[in-house]
Amino acid sequence: MSMNSPLVAEQATVNVIMLKVLAALLPAIAVYVFFFGPAILVSILLASVAALLTEAAVLHLRRYPLRVYLLDGSALVTAWLLALSIPPLAPWWLVVVGTVFAILVAKHLYGGLGNNLFNPAMVGFAALMISFPSHMTHWPAPDMLAQSHWSFTQQMDFMFGGEFPAGDRLDAITMATPLDTLKTQLHLDREISEIQSGKIFSILSGKGTEIIALFYLLGGLFLWQQRIISWHIPASFLAAMFGTAGLFYLFDPGHYASPMFHLFAGGTMLGAFFIATDYVTSPTTPMGKLIFGAGIGVSAYVIRVLGGYPDGVAFAVLFLNSAVPLIDAYTQPRVFGHAGKWFKGGKE
Amino acid sequence: MRPLFPFHGGIHPAEHKSPSTQHGIAVAPLPARLVVTLRQHSGSPASPVVAVGDQVLKGQLIGAAEGLISSSVHAPSSGRVVAIEKQPAPHVSGLPDLSIVLETDGEERWVERQKMDFCNTDPALLRQHFQDMGVVGLGGAVFPSHVKLNASGLDTLVINAAECEPFISCDDMLMRERAAEVVKGISIAQYIMGAREVLIGIEDNKPQAIAAMQAACEETGFEVVAVPTLYPSGSAKQLIKLLTGKEVTSGGHPTQMGIQCFNVATVYTMHRVINHGEPVISRLVTLTGNMDEPRNYEVLIGTPIGDLLKLARPKADTTGYLMGGPMMGVPLLDLSVPVVKATNCIIATSQALFPPLPRAMPCIRCARCAQACPAELQPQELFWFSKSRNFEKAREYKLFDCIECGCCNYVCPSHIPLVQFYRFAKSEMLAHEKDRKAADLARERHEFREFRQEREKQEKAARHAAKAAEMAAKAAETTAGSGESVAGADDAAAAKKAAIQAAIERAKAKKAAVKPQNVDDLPAEAQAKIDEIDLRRAQASETAGQRVAIQKSDEGQGA
Repeated sequence: MSMNSPLVAEQATVNVIMLKVLAALLPAIAVYVFFFGPAILVSILLASVAALLTEAAVLHLRRYPLRVYLLDGSALVTAWLLALSIPPLAPWWLVVVGTVFAILVAKHLYGGLGNNLFNPAMVGFAALMISFPSHMTHWPAPDMLAQSHWSFTQQMDFMFGGEFPAGDRLDAITMATPLDTLKTQLHLDREISEIQSGKIFSILSGKGTEIIALFYLLGGLFLWQQRIISWHIPASFLAAMFGTAGLFYLFDPGHYASPMFHLFAGGTMLGAFFIATDYVTSPTTPMGKLIFGAGIGVSAYVIRVLGGYPDGVAFAVLFLNSAVPLIDAYTQPRVFGHAGKWFKGGKE
Repeated sequence: MRPLFPFHGGIHPAEHKSPSTQHGIAVAPLPARLVVTLRQHSGSPASPVVAVGDQVLKGQLIGAAEGLISSSVHAPSSGRVVAIEKQPAPHVSGLPDLSIVLETDGEERWVERQKMDFCNTDPALLRQHFQDMGVVGLGGAVFPSHVKLNASGLDTLVINAAECEPFISCDDMLMRERAAEVVKGISIAQYIMGAREVLIGIEDNKPQAIAAMQAACEETGFEVVAVPTLYPSGSAKQLIKLLTGKEVTSGGHPTQMGIQCFNVATVYTMHRVINHGEPVISRLVTLTGNMDEPRNYEVLIGTPIGDLLKLARPKADTTGYLMGGPMMGVPLLDLSVPVVKATNCIIATSQALFPPLPRAMPCIRCARCAQACPAELQPQELFWFSKSRNFEKAREYKLFDCIECGCCNYVCPSHIPLVQFYRFAKSEMLAHEKDRKAADLARERHEFREFRQEREKQEKAARHAAKAAEMAAKAAETTAGSGESVAGADDAAAAKKAAIQAAIERAKAKKAAVKPQNVDDLPAEAQAKIDEIDLRRAQASETAGQRVAIQKSDEGQGA
């Protein structure tokens, strides 16, 4: 027993934090299953197994103790976030390739837990987005809108064998997401109000997806209440996105969707509460967190509206990840007994 | 209600204070031997003024203060000096210290005790008196109090009775039982520094102490302020912030802002010195933790801790002992060490009370440490810089403002021994600083030597030139009048001889005078001091180095 003080400590451990993050995702996953069927659970399971196996292999190669690092829960969080970011009916190898890339390249090649510059789940997502763009657009239609309903075994046959049920096509069960629809239809010079009268749209954003987003928000509030995350990043992220979208909306409501739509569409809520708040890849100072969150909110909106991709949260997160060391260095808070408000890189 | 100004961060570990407050203060029995180290305080150790074989009386001066930052040491009981030698001492370093060993005679015969009428005494004399009577800060830092009392026209005197570390209850019990005497001590400190206002900060987990102090403070104008129980409210800077809203500047003194802070036990000893004529020869010590009879004892300085522990009867499954609290205390590896003025608490540890911490994981930058840090540092950055030995960056990020309170360590979900990394980095930086200063000094000396040699060369050349000119002039003169030349040359030769002889003697005398300054002939004491410092430094960097090595191998990088 070490006798060096302090001899007492809080019982919290890294894996408790990670498990709470996973727990906070559960209600949203349940809603996901309700609207889109149980395929997402298989996706999450696949990602989890792939993440743990990759983690174990790399830990072994790096001669780290396996048990304690596998149980830290960080690989599972990466796996779940990635699985929730890609279409649930994607072929099995897509989620596996994405997860292996996330754990192997984004996490361990950068030094493993605590050392990676970029959010591993978002690196995995970006790799898939760039390498397999068409697979990444096959989002299922919510149950009430789908033309045909596949049974669970039919879904599995498609995921693992690429086989459609007799006489069916992929189009019968997939549908463009609200953000995607908005983008393509705007290119056709249609007005927002006209586009949003489409059947996939709902009060906040899209049918089904808005409810999932709401549950990500509730899960995030649980993490905040548990003091796992601070309010800074989600608040500044959402406020910046709302503000930017609001400005464009006021300028031309015919061509820009309402700020509320942007908050509940795409990866905004998942990104704000679960992805941007990743400790390792976000700033540690309160002011840095505010800048980081706001930067993501603005960038994500800009990519959505002006960029080539329908959603921009993942790329915005990666973009701001690269700025974290700089943000941290320039936002160091004042130290007790020192003058000045902030000091820049340690120089007052 | 006085408004409070909460400091940033802080933690609330389990208190464990009630076991040792179930019974009143008891007096520890007189031991057969007392080992009084001459380093009871921070600064220079006292120097012995008694010899082996001397009979001493209780309270008699046995070690005199050496210099300003030092304090005197007194015999805690009457008896005979049996040794003046190095003895194990309860230091972090675990190194032995020069100590006076007394064999007590059991008679407790006092020296003549002189009370003082402090109200009619010059504060400067009182400060000198406190140095002579061994008054030092009993909160743990044992800084000589007479230095801190050197202030006048203060706005606020803060009395630190927060006692924020878990387990410790000696200040609590002191206030419960001796509040009136504590208040008398406060009056003395207030008089010396001319403090306008006195605030006594007590954590609100000590309601009995608060009540006792409030009763004792009636009609004094002193204000007892209950502060929230939040570690480290007993850290002077944090308590001053909490009570006054003022931040002591980094590297500055509170007196610059018209504030001074004293521990409650320290002002109690001021009262004993002035109103009873007793020097500081005892203190209250909390014996607690894994013990059958935890309690507070009034203990003579120099009592061997092993003897003392028997009073509280440690349980069989005790794993070790800690001096101080669990947040900042130091492990006691050798129970023969004596109680010193800094000994406020001894905790018996056990697996149940202090379960082993989970293994350290990598830092995930969750910044809980930054939220807990009362110095408002960014511990996660300081850890990174300390671990990578990037000491310049650690300094930029204000590592030296770290008070090593352990809050960061306490909240870290990765259970990284952060404080040990900071201790390591600090000791390395101080060592570098020392080396750099030594190198600077050597370079300056070398440069001066070269300058001096050059100057001497030039002077010599100038002298030669002057002499040559003189000779030439003389030669011209000789040729002019050769009749006086012989006698003149003889005189010149005799004068030259005498001058050479004188120069040789001067050189001899100089050589003799220079010799004692030679470094090879250092007094034993000075040499011992240098050796000790070097050893401690080596140990510090070794243990810290091991820590880093362990951490590295934990992460698999060592393989």
